[in-house]
Amino acid sequence: MRDLFRGDLVRLTAEDPETRAKIEVHWQRDSEYRRFLDAEAVMVVSEKWLKDWFEKRDEEGFGPHRYVFSVRTLAEDKLIGFFALWVDLVHSEAWVGIGIGEREFWGKGCGTDAMRLCLRYAFTELNVQRVSLGLMDYNPRALRSYEKAGFRLEGRTRGDVQRAGRHHDSLWMGILRAEWLGLDAAAVE
Amino acid sequence: MFDIQTQLFEGRDIRFGPIDYEKDPQIESKWTHDSDFMRLYGIDPARPMSPAMVKKKYEKLEKEIEESKNIFYFTIRAREDDRLIGKAVVSRIEWSNGNGWIELGIGSADDRRKGYGTQALQLLLRFAFVELNLYRVTARVQEYNEAAIALLKKFGFTEEVRRRQALERDSRRWDLLVFGLLKDEWAKQAQA
Repeated sequence: MRDLFRGDLVRLTAEDPETRAKIEVHWQRDSEYRRFLDAEAVMVVSEKWLKDWFEKRDEEGFGPHRYVFSVRTLAEDKLIGFFALWVDLVHSEAWVGIGIGEREFWGKGCGTDAMRLCLRYAFTELNVQRVSLGLMDYNPRALRSYEKAGFRLEGRTRGDVQRAGRHHDSLWMGILRAEWLGLDAAAVE
Repeated sequence: MFDIQTQLFEGRDIRFGPIDYEKDPQIESKWTHDSDFMRLYGIDPARPMSPAMVKKKYEKLEKEIEESKNIFYFTIRAREDDRLIGKAVVSRIEWSNGNGWIELGIGSADDRRKGYGTQALQLLLRFAFVELNLYRVTARVQEYNEAAIALLKKFGFTEEVRRRQALERDSRRWDLLVFGLLKDEWAKQAQA
């Protein structure tokens, strides 16, 4: 069977709250990164706050509604990002949030590689029927990456995000189980 | 267009009011025993709730309203006798983006197709745009909810997103639709 946690460029890990907080506190200070992650007004947070927050999430445990992975490069073994899956068990749908916090790894295929691992995990381990995500129209790099991983654009909510003095659209994407199986035929070997 | 004397909570046959902890739990409990209503209103698994469970839900809701500051909840009441006929909600408001999500439900089948939903949506949109000062409102609808889709279209909403096969009911998968209405689109309609 395939190694679910190893891609071409990155691997998936679980990290201690201390390790995550120490590194991710720097990502949180990058407002561009934060504005890519979600639509809320960005704010800085302390390393202690982050550590407590990760600890609380650890106490809640891994699954059945929420699955979190850290992303490390294979070459340098450097912690560069994370993704989380939120699962709706009733309707068999998972939502993804993904972020590559280390800017020097933007545009190098690491995020796309992590997303491919994420989809394989969602469709072959969580066995959901559908995976969904949202992004903002000011993040074309992410859009290209998600399209490469197999997501389709399903619509845009007009002007529902205000950044830098103007209105932007949220983009909504999804990939169905049958579409993913067609893409990643190797997965059913 | 609307001056300060305009009564925001008064429609022709209905009005917006608060929760009545004495009377409403009995009525809402009855709605939850109607699986058709539950499946039109939401996407969570339908289940009946006792009056005591409904009361608990109201308490939780009012606490959440107070703490989150991003939910506005109205009961819809008949003007003639103040009886509960539905609910109208603006929730998940992102203040920095000027966006909010709306929900509307007329609980009893006897009260549907009487224009109450239309009047309630009129009040809800006016509240969202001239009192909360939102830039846009968003609504989520299951593709099988034809009455809701027709109502949204009547008010000028645009279908913006079609989340393919996002919902499973009666052993088949359905699309979930997202509709949006911008303040200036609403203002043009409300004036006409």
